[in-house]
Amino acid sequence: MAAPALKTPIADNPAAGEQTVARAQAATRSLLLAPAMLIIGVFGILPLFIALVYSFLEPDTYGGVRWVFSTEAYVQLLFERDIFDDTLTFNSAYLEIFWRSFLLAAYSTVACLVIGFPAAYFMATRPERQRDLWVFLITIPFWTNLLIRTFSMQLIIRDQGVINIGLMNLGLIDQPLAIIYTDFAVGLGLIYSFLPFMVLPVYAALERLDFRLVEAGFDLYASRAQVLRRIIIPLAKPGIVAGSILVFIPSLGAWITPELLGGGKELMIGNMIWLQFGSSRNWPFGSAAALVLMAMVLLALLVYARSAGRSGAPDG
Amino acid sequence: MSENSGIDVRGVTKIFGSGAEAVHALDRVSLAIRENEFFTLLGPSGCGKTTLLRLIAGFEQASEGDIRLDGEGLTHLPPHQRPVNTVFQSYALFPHMTVAENIAFGLEMQGVTKPEIKDRLEAMLALVQLSGLEQRRPAQLSGGQQQRVALARALANRPKVLLLDEPLSALDLKLRKEMQIELKRIQHETGIIFVFVTHDQGEALTMSDRIAVMSAGQVLQVGSPTEIYEHPTSHFVADFIGETNFLQGEVVAHDTTGATVRLSSGATRQASAPPDTASSGKVSLAIRPERVTLTRNREAAALGGRVENVVYFGTDTNYHIVLGDGRGFLARLQNHQGAESPFAVGDEVAVEIADHALQVLRD
Repeated sequence: MAAPALKTPIADNPAAGEQTVARAQAATRSLLLAPAMLIIGVFGILPLFIALVYSFLEPDTYGGVRWVFSTEAYVQLLFERDIFDDTLTFNSAYLEIFWRSFLLAAYSTVACLVIGFPAAYFMATRPERQRDLWVFLITIPFWTNLLIRTFSMQLIIRDQGVINIGLMNLGLIDQPLAIIYTDFAVGLGLIYSFLPFMVLPVYAALERLDFRLVEAGFDLYASRAQVLRRIIIPLAKPGIVAGSILVFIPSLGAWITPELLGGGKELMIGNMIWLQFGSSRNWPFGSAAALVLMAMVLLALLVYARSAGRSGAPDG
Repeated sequence: MSENSGIDVRGVTKIFGSGAEAVHALDRVSLAIRENEFFTLLGPSGCGKTTLLRLIAGFEQASEGDIRLDGEGLTHLPPHQRPVNTVFQSYALFPHMTVAENIAFGLEMQGVTKPEIKDRLEAMLALVQLSGLEQRRPAQLSGGQQQRVALARALANRPKVLLLDEPLSALDLKLRKEMQIELKRIQHETGIIFVFVTHDQGEALTMSDRIAVMSAGQVLQVGSPTEIYEHPTSHFVADFIGETNFLQGEVVAHDTTGATVRLSSGATRQASAPPDTASSGKVSLAIRPERVTLTRNREAAALGGRVENVVYFGTDTNYHIVLGDGRGFLARLQNHQGAESPFAVGDEVAVEIADHALQVLRD
C-alpha cells in the first residue's frame, strides 16, 4: 500500500489525493494491459502495417519486394495490363474470386445457422446437468487439427471414399458421385469446420432465454412457428449475430478447406492470396488483396452495427 | 346459468417422473368452478396448486382424469387453442416488445383486425390505468406497472377463464393491497372466471368468492372464505388459515345441526361438525383465539388456566395461557376498554367458550 505517500496530500487537499490514487490506478492498469498490448502490436498491427507498405511497392523477381512506390497491385485487382502496349483492360477474374468466396461464405453461414440453431435449442432445453456434457461434445472437433480433419473429410467424400463405396456396394449408384473438388465439397468443409462457432453463441443466447416467455406465447394463442419467429428468434438474435460473424469471416478467408476439398480448381480469396506469396511471387498483389478483403469485412460489420443500433436491439 | 358452465375438474391425477422417483403432484383432484367466480387455490408451496393451474392452461397433461370448460373437454387442446389466459408469477412480459405490442400480441395471433386491436388496446390500457405508457418497454416499468401489463395482455383476449399464478407475490405490501382491490374490481367488471393461486391466506380470504385449500396434491376443503375460516373440517385447514387452538374432546351426541362435545374439563358445548362425524368417540376440536372470552369465575367454565404472557397489538391483546393439562392456549381480546389489560401474567383465568364456537375436525 502506498499509504504513507498518500497521507499528506489527502489531509491537505482531498482532490489532489484522489488524483494521486487515480494516477496509481492508471499505472497499475497499463502495467496489466502491457503484455496484451505488446502481442497485439507485434503480431497484429505490425504485420498489417507491413502488408500495407508492401501493397504499395513493386514485386521482386523471386518473391519479396523492390522498394519502389507503385499502385500497380491495386490496379491489378480490377484491370489487366497489356504486356506490349501498357493499355489497361477491365478484368473481372479477381472480382469473381471475391464474389465466389463471398457467396460460399454466405451459404455456409446460412447452412450453419439452419443446422446449428436446432442443435443449440436442443442443448439449451436439456436439464441443466446434461448441458455441460453437450457443450463438451460440441467442442470435441477442436481437439484435432483442422488440416487432419479436412484430410479425413477428403477420405469420406472422394470417389473411392466411404460414401461412394458404400452407396455403390448397396447398388444405389453405378458411378461414384462427384462430391470432392466441387464448390459443394468446399461448402461442406466450411460448414463442418465452423459449425461449432455458430452452435456455441446461439446456445449461450438460448440458454439465457426465459422459457416462461415461450409458455406465455403459447398461452397467447401463438402457434409453434409464431413462437419461434416472434419470441425465440428475436431474443436469441445477439447469439445468432455473433455466430454468423464467427462463421462468415473465417469462411471468407478460408484456405485449407478450398485447397484440399476444392482441389484448387475454383479459387477462393484465401488460396489466391496464398498463391501470390508462393508460386506467383507477387507479394504486393497478395498484400493488396488481403487488405481489400479486410476492408470489405470491416465495412460489412460497420453497416451491420449501424442498422442494429438504429433498430434498438434488445438488451442494448 | 346452465349446469355445465364453468370449469369441471374430474379426478385429475398428475404424476411427474416415473418408477421410484414418481411424484404425485395431484392426487385425484375434483373441483367445480362456477361461472363468474373468483376462485382461489390456496396452499403451501409444493401442494400442487400451480400444477393444477398449468393443467387448466394446457402446459401440462393430466396423467389421469379430465378437465372440462363449459361442458367441453380441454384435455386434447394445446395451450394456444384454449380460451384461457394466464398471468404468470414473474409476468413473463416479452422484453423485446413495447407495452402496446405485448398487450396486442394475443389479439394479433388470433387474427383480430387492426382497428379492433387498437380499440381493445385502448380499453385495456384504461382498465389497468396505464394509458400513456404504451410505447415503453417492460424493463422501463415498475413492478406494479409490469403486473398491470401482464393483466391487460391476458384480459385483452377476453378469455373465459383467467389463471393467475401468485401474481402479487413480487409486489410490496402497499402495492399488493391496491392490486387486490384492483383485481377484484376487474373480475367484477369483466365477469370472467378468475382462478387465483396463492399461498397467502390473507389474500385468499379477502379476494375470493370461494377457496380450495390444498395440501400434498389433494383438495382438503372447498368453501367460501367464511366457511373455510369458521368451519375448517381438517387439522391442516384450521392450522394453515389464521391462528387456531386445538383441543381434545369427545362426541356425546350428533345431529344435523352439529355435535355436542365434552371437553377435558368435563364441560359440554355445542360444536359445528362435518355431517359425517361419528356420534361418539374422541375427536380433535379447533377454536379461533378471538372466539373465546376470559373471566375470573372458574365455576362451570369450559377450560381453566394461568396467563403466561400478554402481548398488546393495538386493536387486540393476545393472552398466552397454559391450561390445566399443560397445553398452550391463545386467547385474543379486543381492547374495548383501551390499553388497560384486565388480566396480568400469573393470573388464574377461566376460558369461556360459547356454543357453536368449537369446530369438530375430521382428523
